[in-house]
Amino acid sequence: MDYVPITPNDRKVMLERIGVDSFEDLLSGIPPAIPRARLKLPAGLSETELLKETERLARSNATVGSHLCFLGAGAYDHLIPSVVRYVAGRGEFLTAYTPYQPEASQGTLQAMYEYQSLLCDLTGMEAANASLYDGASALAEACVLALRLTQRSKLAVSAGLHPEYRQTVETYLKRSAGAVGLIPLRGGATDLEAARGLIDDQTAAVVAQMPNAFGCLEPVEELAQRAHKAGALFIVVVNPISLGLLFPPGAYGADVVVGEGQPLGNELNFGGPYLGLFACREDLLRKIPGRIVGMTQDGHGRRGFVLTLQTREQHIRRSKATSNICTNEAMMALTACVYLAALGKEGFKEAARQNALKAHYAHDRLIRLKGIKPLFSEPFFNEFALSLPEDPELVNRKLLDAGFLGGLPLKRWDPALKTGWLVSVTESRTREEIDHFVETVWKLIR
Amino acid sequence: MEADPVKVQAPPAAGRHSPGRLLEPLLSDLSESGRKGFQFPKLDVPEVPIERLIPERFLRREDVPLPEVSERDLVKHFLRLAHLNFSVETNFYPLGSCTMKYNPKVNEEIAALAGFSKVHPCTPDPALQGILKLLFDLEELFKEILGMDAVTLQPAAGAHGELTALLIASAYHRARGSHRTKVVVPNSAHGTNPASAALAGLTVVEIESTSRGRVSLSALQRAMDKEAAVFMLTNPNTLGLFEEEVLEIASLVHEKGALMYMDGANLNALLGLFRPGDMGFDMVHVNVHKTFAIPHGSGGPGAGPVGVQAALKPFLPGPIVVREPQGAGVFRYRLASPGSDSIGRVRSFFGNVGALVRAYAYLRALGKEGLRGVSEGAILNANYLKALVRKEFPAAVDEPCLHEFVATAKEWKAKTGVRALDIAKRLLDHGFYAPTIYFPLIVEEALMVEPTETESRQTLEAFAQALAAIAREAEETPHRVQTAPHRMPVSRLDEVAAARSPNVRWRTGASS
Repeated sequence: MDYVPITPNDRKVMLERIGVDSFEDLLSGIPPAIPRARLKLPAGLSETELLKETERLARSNATVGSHLCFLGAGAYDHLIPSVVRYVAGRGEFLTAYTPYQPEASQGTLQAMYEYQSLLCDLTGMEAANASLYDGASALAEACVLALRLTQRSKLAVSAGLHPEYRQTVETYLKRSAGAVGLIPLRGGATDLEAARGLIDDQTAAVVAQMPNAFGCLEPVEELAQRAHKAGALFIVVVNPISLGLLFPPGAYGADVVVGEGQPLGNELNFGGPYLGLFACREDLLRKIPGRIVGMTQDGHGRRGFVLTLQTREQHIRRSKATSNICTNEAMMALTACVYLAALGKEGFKEAARQNALKAHYAHDRLIRLKGIKPLFSEPFFNEFALSLPEDPELVNRKLLDAGFLGGLPLKRWDPALKTGWLVSVTESRTREEIDHFVETVWKLIR
Repeated sequence: MEADPVKVQAPPAAGRHSPGRLLEPLLSDLSESGRKGFQFPKLDVPEVPIERLIPERFLRREDVPLPEVSERDLVKHFLRLAHLNFSVETNFYPLGSCTMKYNPKVNEEIAALAGFSKVHPCTPDPALQGILKLLFDLEELFKEILGMDAVTLQPAAGAHGELTALLIASAYHRARGSHRTKVVVPNSAHGTNPASAALAGLTVVEIESTSRGRVSLSALQRAMDKEAAVFMLTNPNTLGLFEEEVLEIASLVHEKGALMYMDGANLNALLGLFRPGDMGFDMVHVNVHKTFAIPHGSGGPGAGPVGVQAALKPFLPGPIVVREPQGAGVFRYRLASPGSDSIGRVRSFFGNVGALVRAYAYLRALGKEGLRGVSEGAILNANYLKALVRKEFPAAVDEPCLHEFVATAKEWKAKTGVRALDIAKRLLDHGFYAPTIYFPLIVEEALMVEPTETESRQTLEAFAQALAAIAREAEETPHRVQTAPHRMPVSRLDEVAAARSPNVRWRTGASS
């Protein structure tokens, strides 16, 4: 199946009008020394055949529908209101592009303005962009901003940061001479004593995650103070759902807030497309990477929206741009916008509350099983680390057969955490499911 | 003949956060305390005061001031916004360099299958065999189409692919003990090329083009010194023209020990006809949201896979999909960490898999023949449209083009004062999205038109008629064109004011 509407008659009419005898004449400028492609590819498929084949591939993957999910580690199984999928599936949004012509793109532009506003309300920050690729690359962009702004060379990064985020930052900074110093944990949270030695007058930013990758809440207020005392920025990576309960980064002195927006109504999609959240202080507005939508008026005094502060961007500033971002994750931002509006003030609080209550219920039941111990004692939100009496990979394999996606074996992140198991419980899980999970784990380890 | 592209709704009254006249209130204006758009299941675990679980110092004191809107009002709000957009599905969208082709419905259905969309990225490999096979096979398809030896699917967008490729190039040179810090690009290059180079810590050298819009070999020769790491070239270039001397360019670049990088933004012209690997390129990125029919999503998501020749394979980012034979034609797939030469991670998890699944479906539907039909259709449509508008808007370089052409409005500007921007705005009144304007920078009053292969001859003819009508209007009543659009929900917006005193969010009071 192709999607080309050109008939043999069209082709004849068109070639005639172009003034050539054959299609080949249009390729006459291409030197004959370049060989024609002789592709070894399978023949095309009809829609019916294609569906059959892809459905077969899809069927062999465990999903959060086929298995009860207790896995998080940066991507979470939350409930998604139907209205979110409906709006995000509309072709008027889905098949438009970056709104270069604002008069023909007011829908997208207003929705992005609303998204930026909601993200500011959520984080307590003053400005936001219209999305970056994902949480990890958003953090890397924030670090680039800090290094450029302060003209300093180092970062102090908490060991509680998701390892894939740290690795992404290291990749981005390899070529711009940013040294990444790691602040160790004490218990499950960033060690403030050790932080002291790692933050100095060459530190561009202090980076922490809240809740951190192991689920623990961090002394963010103290970290922000330490950062500011040294003249560094405080960058915090947040789980947006947690902000329904936890104090907003704007209240504890964060300068840049980034995070993974997947939990805000976006599907798990085996890791992407996700949504890079980026919000910051007002005075950093002109340093922000990526697209920003602003409100303005037309000649008749009608309100409208445009891409603004474009002199930061690659298509104007080229090598002097704040970032190279062109295509972003606008549909994921629209999804987050509809999600937050659908839940509303009460619903969002309820989501966060149910996450916390269900996770603590599961935690308390699991640690009462003989042989299972909590890895840390810090407070947590919807994710917590345990120590299992058996190889967590092995337990997970058995759990998979029993219909569960078990927690993340922490040795994937740190070989020293051999028995570590990171469990996440969201509002999607019912009490019955949690009980069933606890009982199954008990059967497998006793 | 003027279409009435958008039904303009009666403007509602101004809202609390919406000064002035407006098309649709903001969500914050629609909020009414006590309304909700979604109901969570009733809490079924014992209710404990939150303060007993999480110390009070961590808790917020005020609720997040989110709007409170019913589901019905939400749908109305977003549908009214949707109606204010032009899109590929509702309008011809000839935005040059962006390949705004039709996005097949079946691909959406496939991407939404639970077995793809509801898969957690940390699921154990044995329970991921279908998705890993798809990704492995997609890499194979890209390798074949591009003429490359290895592919990473990780980059989230074209510019992310550029950054990834440039980091790979740097690592490659470093591994050979050579310190090269310069990226050479033609002055017709996409803005992302120099921006990506800067982000990768490299310096950018722009070289001039010939009067025929091609790379100047002598300028390239001058720029290629011992510092040069990479030459980035878009082929066909941003004028829609094939770089005829690409083989000579490649030998020159390779002679100097640098790498040839192809910006794959214009790959839609080459599918099934020519392969970057056969033209001397060492690396190439692909924009799946352009060439492989992934919807552009009002700005994203896309994906920007990068293909490389064998010598660069060790430097690819991870994780990588590995296929292990189990005998009897059976394979097992798993995710593995790359070797120590790898540039590392460029993002979290595997990649924009939702977009990659759509690209896979598109490629399988097309097959070998369909793939060539895409490029042939794109080239035929572009040349036909170029011929239709030639009289009023001649191409900057009048030669057969590939998938797009760049026309110039400089005669109109000189004669009537009507600029490319005005023509773009007037096209909106005719129900057509505007071409890319003022790009490439080397063409005065540029109108960059890319019709793609999925548009019918009738659509192209209607577009040409609209351009002819605008040309007549420019002669008779230029002011009418210069003040366009006249039939859109808003007229020209004050972008200067927007940037001077930015308003990038509403102020709900509670949070500010």
